[in-house]
Amino acid sequence: MKGLDHALPRWVNIGLLPLLNVLTALAASALVFLLIDVNPLEAAEILLYGAFGYQEGFGFTLYYTTNFIFTGLAVAIAFHVGLFNIGGEGQAYIGGLGVGLLCLALDTTLPGPVLLLLCVVSAGLFGAAWAFIPGWLQAYRGSHIVITTIMFNFIASSLMVYLMVNVLREPGQMTPQSRLLDENSWMPFVHNVLAGIGIEFESSPLNLSIILALLCALFTWLLIWKTKWGFEIRTVGFNRDAAVYAGIKPAYVMVLAMAIAGAMAGMVGVNEIAGVQHRLILDFHYGYGFAGIAVALMGRNHPVGIILAALLFGVLYQGGAELAFEMSNINRDIVVVMQGLVILFCGALEFLYKPLLAKFFREKAA
Amino acid sequence: MIDTILLTLDATLRVSTPLIFAAFAGMFSERSGVIDISLEGKMLAGAFTAAAVAYTTESAWLGLGAAILVSISLAMLHGVACITFRGNQVVSGVAINILAAGLTMSLGLSWFRQGGQTPLLPDEARFTSIHFPFAETLRDLPLLGGLYSELLSGHNILVYMAFMMVPLAWWILFRTRYGLRLRAVGENPKAVDTAGISVTRLRYSALVFAGILCGLAGTYISAAHNAQFVRDMTAGQGFIALAALIFGKWRPLPVLGACLLFGLLDAIAVRLQGTELPGIGVIPVQFIEAMPYILTVVLLAGFFGKAVAPKAIGVPYVKER
Amino acid sequence: MTDYALELDRVSKRFGAVQANKDVSLNVVKGSIHGIVGENGAGKSTLMSILYGFYQADSGSIKVFGKTTDIPNSHAAIAAGIGMVHQHFMLVEPFTVLENVILGNEGSALLTHSQAKARKVLQDLSSDYNLKVDPDAVVGDLPVGLQQRVEILKALYKGARILILDEPTGVLTPQETDDLLQILEGLKEQGVTVLLITHKLKEIMAVTDNVSVMRHGEMVAHLSTEDTSPEELAELMVGRKVVTQLEKPSNEAGEPVLTVEGLSVVDSQNVERVKKVSFSVAAGEIVGVAGVSGNGQTELMEALSGMRPVDAGTISYGNLKISPGTSIGPDDLRHAGIAHVPEDRHRVGLVTAMSASENSILGYHRDDTWNQQGLLKPALVEKHCAGLMAGFDVRPQDPKLKSANFSGGNQQKLILARELDCEPKVLLVGQPTRGVDIGAIEFIHTQLLKMRNRGGAILLISVELDEILALSDRIIVMCDGCITGEVSAKDADERTLGLMMSATSDSSSTSTEEQAE
Repeated sequence: MKGLDHALPRWVNIGLLPLLNVLTALAASALVFLLIDVNPLEAAEILLYGAFGYQEGFGFTLYYTTNFIFTGLAVAIAFHVGLFNIGGEGQAYIGGLGVGLLCLALDTTLPGPVLLLLCVVSAGLFGAAWAFIPGWLQAYRGSHIVITTIMFNFIASSLMVYLMVNVLREPGQMTPQSRLLDENSWMPFVHNVLAGIGIEFESSPLNLSIILALLCALFTWLLIWKTKWGFEIRTVGFNRDAAVYAGIKPAYVMVLAMAIAGAMAGMVGVNEIAGVQHRLILDFHYGYGFAGIAVALMGRNHPVGIILAALLFGVLYQGGAELAFEMSNINRDIVVVMQGLVILFCGALEFLYKPLLAKFFREKAA
Repeated sequence: MIDTILLTLDATLRVSTPLIFAAFAGMFSERSGVIDISLEGKMLAGAFTAAAVAYTTESAWLGLGAAILVSISLAMLHGVACITFRGNQVVSGVAINILAAGLTMSLGLSWFRQGGQTPLLPDEARFTSIHFPFAETLRDLPLLGGLYSELLSGHNILVYMAFMMVPLAWWILFRTRYGLRLRAVGENPKAVDTAGISVTRLRYSALVFAGILCGLAGTYISAAHNAQFVRDMTAGQGFIALAALIFGKWRPLPVLGACLLFGLLDAIAVRLQGTELPGIGVIPVQFIEAMPYILTVVLLAGFFGKAVAPKAIGVPYVKER
Repeated sequence: MTDYALELDRVSKRFGAVQANKDVSLNVVKGSIHGIVGENGAGKSTLMSILYGFYQADSGSIKVFGKTTDIPNSHAAIAAGIGMVHQHFMLVEPFTVLENVILGNEGSALLTHSQAKARKVLQDLSSDYNLKVDPDAVVGDLPVGLQQRVEILKALYKGARILILDEPTGVLTPQETDDLLQILEGLKEQGVTVLLITHKLKEIMAVTDNVSVMRHGEMVAHLSTEDTSPEELAELMVGRKVVTQLEKPSNEAGEPVLTVEGLSVVDSQNVERVKKVSFSVAAGEIVGVAGVSGNGQTELMEALSGMRPVDAGTISYGNLKISPGTSIGPDDLRHAGIAHVPEDRHRVGLVTAMSASENSILGYHRDDTWNQQGLLKPALVEKHCAGLMAGFDVRPQDPKLKSANFSGGNQQKLILARELDCEPKVLLVGQPTRGVDIGAIEFIHTQLLKMRNRGGAILLISVELDEILALSDRIIVMCDGCITGEVSAKDADERTLGLMMSATSDSSSTSTEEQAE
């Protein structure tokens, strides 16, 4: 493919190409809808209504968005140091474990705000630990991070099943879930907070974790582009030899960046366990970690892009649930299809239109 | 005791079969320099297609053919993304996995209206056990009888195909011109290009092999080992196969060994469920299930031996001066 | 009438705005060794890539053995009898010699048969051309010189009657270079036409029959080797006298500021690349390290700059001592006033994906000057970069521009500006003018002398003898990881240095004598 080597104007590279890619993903999704006998326009209408049409739906949309911001950041931070973190799935799961264990131990002893703060710390530490090991193995032992993080997703899964079935299960219950946590440890719901200041909002799972997500995005932006640590992270990501030359220890920086990435993914645990489920259960994390890859790809690894992409995925998730509810021949997996198409066209096939555009601009220039 | 061992080994063969197909699919792809973490997705799509087509046509073989075609199509999608458009191979793999998970369920629900499952396959639409001659008569012979009629006889044809495929794959990779070129392109594509051979064509062809083998693996899961397709049926076996590929250091015999080992672990896990081992106590099933992943991590960390991947793996080939 | 193996008529090739080859015409006499010389970027490699089918010419025609031939891909080149030994070998390292040789030319679909056949042919080739290699050796285990033989065998096995060698001696030791030149003579005797691309005039003079000179994408001269001299060729290559003699005021060398004693360094493959080396550099002097590239200079530089651990011996910068086990890195050295302009600016000296501004503090980014409460001060950094750019005439003067988008000379000036900005006591500088245009060369040389004149110590590593001779006060010569000679610049000329550079183990007695002097 000759055109792949040609440079394009900046606005084409960061504006037009990604837009064309998203449109292609949507067009392909429309085809899938046609394949299962659903009118894509009708589906889009239901989807958008589900996501934005009423307060509860919108609350759900933002609740999903919160998770996607966390996992998107987890992929992006690792990307900047040159590592592909596809372990968001496991890191989110273990982050939730951190929240669960903390709350199970202390939910009736500590005052609420302190406990919630500790929840954030615990989720971060647990998620960071689960990313630290693959990061360390990559940096100091040369194990391919993609493979190790995949393996760690499965190991996390086995570990959680073991803990839920054998250790943390509520006595006398058959289902593998822990006891309900004390209300003291619940992250306040947005509808309750709004009610407190006199605004009425339908109840939804949306909780204050979304503020945490936005803070994490801000933190990431500052870290990567405004600090010397971010400078080092990007230097290692771009050129490891130059990093050594500049007195940076690439291995150390990689492990650090992975740990921060893992902490971000771990925050899913705050949103899910302290925010919504209020007990430790199995598979609360399912799919968010992988979706984070798509979010980071679409968001071009920039926090602002990630927030927007996370919102798009929040819309797809919530709208998809509405679709499944409204139409008997659709289930929520249609969202998974769309997610796959987004990763395919925005990620794997990101250069799809490049040769074409390169040719166009060459001819225009000539 | 011997019966237990035989039954466990018998189960090992059954569990290992899809791993062998998938791991060798990965071997073709990765030996040519293309990372393939979409083994899982191709298997899943293959499993769904096999069940759907076998049910509709009432022919297991048509199901198999269709599964292979679908699996090859996904492999070609991977090729277009990674070879032609030089996309990220891991991203492409993730996309295919997710796409396969979503599409199988959505299409399954739309076509069969059974919550995403396919209807149960009648025996004539699946690959059933083949009994060797005199298997019944020889069953009672001590040791050998069990070996023959329990372990060797009584599997479906795909099991035998998997074990015949191994030497064939070895022969292709190490004894043919095609294999030489395939291995070369995964190590140094420029050397292949300057020798006047098309890197692109070689890599695509390797992906076709990967597609065929994943189609076989998927078909085995839904139309031989089981008799219908259900949600997320492959349950991570594609990743265990990937682990086996790495654990076997991308070499045919060790990879076969790794598949059998991981299969054995699985068979043991089922057998050990809740039983207490003398001196050790109860080993959590989850621990044994996680063993393939843990072992692979430990191996990759270089704590025993060293797994050296093909050198050009993951890097799109760019012709330059 | 002369028989030509190759006839190129007005071949042109353009890449975007760059005219890589312009109306290049060339006739190569059958059975001769024909040299092509030119500076880096003169268009030699592009021309060869056209001949080998990697690129298609935009216009012009190519005749091979008198027949007009299209070469759309390497396959066609091979079919036409053209073989190529690339600068970077095209070998599959885990494969055996035999497997590498037959790759692409296996003959039959099954290997057993083709291997048996190839083994026989290989034996014949080995004896015909005196190219001895064990066919069953794994290529990755072979030394570079032998790997190159495998490349030549590959070409011959494919039936090459015209052999193109692209910068074949860059990676070879002097002994291996001699062997190669002998092999080329042997090939010529057997009627093979050899096209030798190099920028080393010594080799051209030694072995070629005819020579063509390229400059800025054009052929500027075709000469018979007998009728020319290295000086003439050099002039033709650059279009002006090579060395601009810079004014170098005599300077009293002060106290030693860098002392190296018994230093040994191993590379990442654990091969000892620097062997018990001792020398010192004093304030106010430039010490040049001459040598064929790949003789330990890179590893020496990396050890001196703290990028690579020391295996044995010590490096002392005043009180700062690096020895095995000490954890003194580039960061500590920078703080102690030791600056480093690395050999390879793309791979090491710059992060090409980052802006000029960010690169202007690379290595100094932790300094308090650029940081405030954990945050970097981008406005200040940009101002700093603009200052550096103005002072060193870096163009375009845009701190926000990605550093990849600057020309080689401007990138190098940016690095030099960064490293000289804090007035270091010691400057380690490797290949300062590699791939840099002539105007920038002069500027860079002037800056180095300026630093010396203000009392700075400079260790200069370069493969360009002219550069070493023009700048150094004292010259040490490295060969195979050892120092094989040390002379004052006044007493040095190309010949004596060349002698020391090619010192092999059997001539080590002479080098010890020189060292003892």
